[in-house]
Amino acid sequence: MPLIKCENLHLHYDKTPVVHNVSFEVEEGDFVSIVGENGTGKSTLVKGILGLIKNADGKVIFDGISKNEIGYLPQQTSVQKDFPASVYEVVMSAFQNKSFPFYKKSQKQLADENIKLLGIENIRKKSYMDLSGGQQQRVLLARALCATKKLLILDEPITGLDPVVTAEFYELISELHKEKGLTILMVSHDVKRAVESSDKILHMDKKVLFFGKTEDYIKTEYFNKMTGGNENA
Amino acid sequence: MLETVSSMFSYDFMVRAIVVGILVSLCAALLGVSLVLKRYSMIGDGLSHVGFGALSIALAMNVAPLVVSIPVVVIAAFLLLRISENSKIKGDSAIAIISSSALAIGIIVTSLTTGMNLDINSYMFGSILAISESDVWLSVILTVIVLVLFVLFYNKIFAVTFDENFAKAVGTKTNIYNMLIAVLAAITIVVGMRMMGALLISSLIIFPSLTSMRVFKSFRSVVISSAIISVVCFIIGITVSFLYPVPAGPSIVITNLIAFLIFWLVGKIKR
Repeated sequence: MPLIKCENLHLHYDKTPVVHNVSFEVEEGDFVSIVGENGTGKSTLVKGILGLIKNADGKVIFDGISKNEIGYLPQQTSVQKDFPASVYEVVMSAFQNKSFPFYKKSQKQLADENIKLLGIENIRKKSYMDLSGGQQQRVLLARALCATKKLLILDEPITGLDPVVTAEFYELISELHKEKGLTILMVSHDVKRAVESSDKILHMDKKVLFFGKTEDYIKTEYFNKMTGGNENA
Repeated sequence: MLETVSSMFSYDFMVRAIVVGILVSLCAALLGVSLVLKRYSMIGDGLSHVGFGALSIALAMNVAPLVVSIPVVVIAAFLLLRISENSKIKGDSAIAIISSSALAIGIIVTSLTTGMNLDINSYMFGSILAISESDVWLSVILTVIVLVLFVLFYNKIFAVTFDENFAKAVGTKTNIYNMLIAVLAAITIVVGMRMMGALLISSLIIFPSLTSMRVFKSFRSVVISSAIISVVCFIIGITVSFLYPVPAGPSIVITNLIAFLIFWLVGKIKR
């Protein structure tokens, strides 16, 4: 059984249809990248899967994982730009639903482990808003790792990361995939990098244009178009 | 100095004002951090005007003011939150309409019943004489409830304020916590309104957190420091209002303004 199964999923945004009849599956251990032009419903699809947007039709089925065991890395919001919060506070918020009213010692240890894993222990006490884009991304990834043992769903930011930092970030995700055996579903704005790191590609333009293995995807016209036809030259 | 303190505490009304005032300042500062960061500051302003309308009607009907205004303002809090969450309606203008209408209703009701007199002045700008003996206990109980709930739900309040999408994804019922924040703010505003004045109570919510954010950079340090700033400013402000013929509300607001300027300067120098 797949970990996530989308069946004929339809999603609306302010009553405008954005995602149309999407069906696909994420198996345990997969690294699936969602690619496509800007504004083709990639982030909306992810939000629909997580239940942040109500689906207009169709369903999302989880198997072997409950909805609140997913490590989600959302795009940044405008509120966060000048939000006073330390790195540690942000990471700890992964446990918001797992203990009440205060956090447990074991959770603090797990947070410390993940902070170390992502190499951000030197900025642990710093304020989130004073960090660079790449550092902020790592903090949010640490939080996502604290929230899950199995599945990361990432919504890669379009802006704010330079190429070097983006490369590092993809490498980091690949490592987590290989070494920790995490299943990964990632919205990607960089098709070339997505193809390098993932086993499966979902190419969408409101509906699914392609879903399948990466090696098959690179033979398609969609891939050619996205990379500017360089492969033919 | 010591004489001032002992003479302040020799009046029952001052003791009442100080006890309730400190509790209200604490609540307002704590909730303010979240409201300001969520860009909900206007809700505080709207609620205080609705509170004024409710208060005038309660007095006209000759019933206990808190009993009428708390439910009215809590309902208004639900409404205002819905409006600001709905991006289709222009949230800030909708709040402005509600708050000025409530203010107008309050003034009309008061003018028709007791006449435009000193009462209106004291509702608008506050009075340290406002808290009667029967109000004290209810005020204390309500503010203590607000404080306890804030501490219990502190982690969730942070999480929902910082990242609503992530919070929803891990299963937090974010709407409930947004409501909780709005309802607690509503209670705080109603309790504090008569001392601070309907026009000035929202500053108690907005000022301390803005002040502490000039200098402090983590959520916890901002929450703790704004609570301290708020109480200190209240004590200074009310002492000034005891010594000189100025109403409590404005003198507390000016103290907050001075604190803000000092912190702003410190923040500039630290950079």
